[in-house]
Amino acid sequence: MTALTGATSASEDRPAGGVGGRPPTSIQHTTMPVLGRLSPYATRDELVAHVAEAARQIRIQDLKLVHHAGAGHIGGDFSAIDVLATLYGAVLNVTPETVDDPERDRFFLSKGHVAGALYTTLAAFGFLPVEQLATFLKPLSKLNGHPNRNYVPGVEANTGPLGHGLPIAVGHALSAKLDVSRRRTYVLVGDGELQEGSNWEAMMAASQHELDSLTVIVDRNRLQQGATTRETNDLDPLDQKAAAFGFAVVEVNGHDHGELLDVLSAVPFRPGKPTFVIAHTHKGHPISFMSNNVAWHHKVPNADQLTLALEELSLDQPQEEGSDA
Amino acid sequence: MPDTLAERASSVADRPRFDCRDAYVTTLAELAKADHRIVGVVNDSVGSSKLDAFKKAFPDRLINVGIAEQDMVGVAAGLAAGGRIPFVSAASCFLTGRALEQIKADVAYSNHNVKLCGMSPGMAYGELGPTHHSIEDIAWLRAIDKITIVVPADPIETAAALRWAAETTGPVFIRVSRMAVPAVNADDYRFVPGRAVTLRDGDDVTIISNGTVLWRALVAAEQLAAEGISARVVSMPTVKPLDVDTVVAAARETRGIVTAEEATTAGGLGGAVAETVVQHQPTRVRILGVPEFAPTGSAGFLLDRYGMSPEGIAESARRLALR
Repeated sequence: MTALTGATSASEDRPAGGVGGRPPTSIQHTTMPVLGRLSPYATRDELVAHVAEAARQIRIQDLKLVHHAGAGHIGGDFSAIDVLATLYGAVLNVTPETVDDPERDRFFLSKGHVAGALYTTLAAFGFLPVEQLATFLKPLSKLNGHPNRNYVPGVEANTGPLGHGLPIAVGHALSAKLDVSRRRTYVLVGDGELQEGSNWEAMMAASQHELDSLTVIVDRNRLQQGATTRETNDLDPLDQKAAAFGFAVVEVNGHDHGELLDVLSAVPFRPGKPTFVIAHTHKGHPISFMSNNVAWHHKVPNADQLTLALEELSLDQPQEEGSDA
Repeated sequence: MPDTLAERASSVADRPRFDCRDAYVTTLAELAKADHRIVGVVNDSVGSSKLDAFKKAFPDRLINVGIAEQDMVGVAAGLAAGGRIPFVSAASCFLTGRALEQIKADVAYSNHNVKLCGMSPGMAYGELGPTHHSIEDIAWLRAIDKITIVVPADPIETAAALRWAAETTGPVFIRVSRMAVPAVNADDYRFVPGRAVTLRDGDDVTIISNGTVLWRALVAAEQLAAEGISARVVSMPTVKPLDVDTVVAAARETRGIVTAEEATTAGGLGGAVAETVVQHQPTRVRILGVPEFAPTGSAGFLLDRYGMSPEGIAESARRLALR
């Protein structure tokens, strides 16, 4: 299965700056502050607060990005942003200055269709200019609907077709092992994506080679393009499956920055075993009308929906989740 | 032009034959010894790739992912992302068929420095049939941007192409055949990507070939010479990027072009040559290859059946030369 970028819904709500259209006539929409990293002496509370604010800013910017581009995968973006913000804001040993250092930690985004979330996160931490986000999906932009490592600093692989990131991550973790290097490998996969058999091939190899520097994070939002995973090809019991494939399995609330920080910084949990983090998330989180709503896989917010969503994000305490899948 | 074949033996057909896998494993071991970044990646294909000695010499550097081709190519891309130079070594039919999307996205589009070595390509598996034949690999990979496709014709060219691949950054696909072939290139042959080698001059007709069929083309030219037909034989080891100038020159200077290869007649070397002449220098082209799922038979039998015996190639060339 391939996740296609496309605004098949809400196209009538597109602003003038849609794909292939004229430049946006509206106000400059790339307004996100660059947050960078805290000092190595920051306390856990400071780190969690930093990541939380980064995630909030990334969501605000990403909403504007998708609205102005007239396309994108906002649902999946919002289920993954807390993981992305935690990784780039407090976990990964990579900064704009070390983006080409062979000893940097690697993050592979296997669910490449949430490229908008990745670009926005990379911009939030200084890997690319925030203004460049305005080119998202525009003709000849480096910011394609799926990421290209040859055009965007910080992108490690050209993903898009599903089931590719995990094998690449296994290969990178193997290279680190051969180099006797401490560099770590993280890969974020969608849960629907785990229906691709290549992931399970790679998990067997990761286990066989005892790649404990590898951390697989599953964005477990339980929704795929058109339906729930349960209706489509149920993955449960996912924890038992991963454990049977030789992984140390941890479950976290994928929107809780403290939990994410604690788990993603503490890997590996079992020497010799790769880690499998099941991050329970909601597509569209925390926007009331998007959260856990399959319609928002690649729906584009119109002007009213954008305003409403931005208002929700400006509240200090975002609304509680509605339902639990 | 390097030394002509006629200087080496009375006929190419009478020369000793070699399994190119031997040159492959010897060269790969030499390269790995000189460069610690080089690793092998296989799908349970240690034996069929003749990599037992490599495994013994570099036990940590032969990564066997098991029977899992998609993972194999993805892992190779990841190894390249970590600075290694992976040589993926697997039966070409499974490497290119099963992992085609990984080749496209993880290797070519990502521009990862992965060397894909398609073992036993074409119809090398003979009687095992079309499931194990890899006649489609060239056409599939030709359609993918950023990947150099090399089809060596003998052990000398196999070794030379491997050395070039190791010292060049970027995606490469090299076919490594198990069919015994005579040496057709000079001992001091140096592989240059995208460069054809005119092994035999001629001005009546041109035969463009590579891989296991090239020596047959040379024997065909010998036969044609005996009846007064002067056939140029062009070795085209790089199918992509193609040596356009040499093809255009052949189209201009001779009466037609025969292409002959152990691959499908759609989209292979023949397709590449046809696309070139039709745009630059239209001429008659006869494409020899495998047009269908082949029936049961050895590779040699099947090549003969599809008009790629020396006599068959000569007949195709004769028709163009005498028309």
